[in-house]
Amino acid sequence: MAKPGDFYQRDRRWHPPALAPDYKTSVTRSPRLPLISLENSASETTGPVFGHNDIAAADNDLLTNFANPGESPVGERIILHGRVLDENARPVPNTLVEIWQANASGRYRHKKDTYLGALDPNFGGCGRTLTDEDGGYRFRTIKPGAYPWRNGINDWRPAHIHVSVFGSGFTQRLITQLYFEGDPLIPRCPIVNSISDPDAVNMLIARLDMNATIPLDTIAYRFDIVLRGRRSTLFENRMEGN
Amino acid sequence: MTHRLGYLKETPSQTAGPYVHIGLAPGAAGFEIYDQELGRDIAGPNAAGERIRVEGVVTDGTGAPVKDVLLEAWQANAAGIYAHPEHAGEVEDGFRGWGRVITDFATGEWGFDTVKPGPVAGRNGQPMAPHISLWIVARGINVGLSTRLYFDDEKDANAADPVLNLIEWEQRRQTLIARRSTRDGKAVYRLDIRLQGGDETVFFDI
Repeated sequence: MAKPGDFYQRDRRWHPPALAPDYKTSVTRSPRLPLISLENSASETTGPVFGHNDIAAADNDLLTNFANPGESPVGERIILHGRVLDENARPVPNTLVEIWQANASGRYRHKKDTYLGALDPNFGGCGRTLTDEDGGYRFRTIKPGAYPWRNGINDWRPAHIHVSVFGSGFTQRLITQLYFEGDPLIPRCPIVNSISDPDAVNMLIARLDMNATIPLDTIAYRFDIVLRGRRSTLFENRMEGN
Repeated sequence: MTHRLGYLKETPSQTAGPYVHIGLAPGAAGFEIYDQELGRDIAGPNAAGERIRVEGVVTDGTGAPVKDVLLEAWQANAAGIYAHPEHAGEVEDGFRGWGRVITDFATGEWGFDTVKPGPVAGRNGQPMAPHISLWIVARGINVGLSTRLYFDDEKDANAADPVLNLIEWEQRRQTLIARRSTRDGKAVYRLDIRLQGGDETVFFDI
């Protein structure tokens, strides 16, 4: 019987390095000794499994999941959608996607956020969903605002949404951020610039998707997510895989 | 003529930032929004094995506690089985083996309750000592950090563990081994995680 094999090695040059001095917090929170490379065991190839009992169907609608009845959050109403694929371009179905973000004024609903921007009484700022059999996911939300942060004296984060994805093995676990096409703050951001390859940065930019908009209701952005791939088949006469 | 390989590149990681709680533990951010938050009960009520508590603190390169960490734990049950369709064997009803825990905003302390895992079959069937996989994200951590927690009362299994034995520097293996004590009659294991410095925790490229 064929079983899935090991995951491909993560290309660490494609990811930000642990130490990115212009992103100041990384200076004291970055390991300096080499990571120990591990071949996959069951501890890495397995991971938590989620089902529809874990979440509510409405959890992916940030326009309503915290709003008072009959009210809406302030801001540009958007659909955020895309597919979760692996590096072999295969869909990753039934995987948990969680997002969180600031509201339209750039303020987070978090007791540690003290920014001047107004809290929106109708916006929580988080959502979650499971991908469908085609790897597809979909949220309704509002476009977050840019906000200043204490890094440089005058650093502003581009509008962004945080995205957390699981995949099928614990080794695929990923947290990233998506940015919005055309935002002039993207190339100025020290966190974005912790990634050296412009093609890698490009993968983090959600694209305006006019075909997915709902006229007179919601504009749309598309953001596909790629998790690590794995060798196709583990043959019994080659237990190490192909 | 060249042929393009049909592979995609992995989406690059970005820091979880200081407000990771909003997305993954909104109760800690100060509001209730979901019917249930995920990852609060690792073992469930039916799991066999010894009930334990696991605790620690994450410190940065200056020795200061990191107070905005989110950790995820992934472990087998007491029989060494993961709650996953690819892993042969059954787990107890309600055993997930996965947990999510945040550090205290004031002290940086974290902790979770679970059962002690059993040995797990590693590559080529070689047994691995009981361990819990940990994944750590926080502001300033650009790619989530993977490490393992082993148990100091498993000396023989630890000495034979294929992963611990990959670590050439024997003194660094100690950074992965939690110390057992007893509090109110219950086993408590403590593992402090150091992101940087002379006693930096071993992190893995998995």
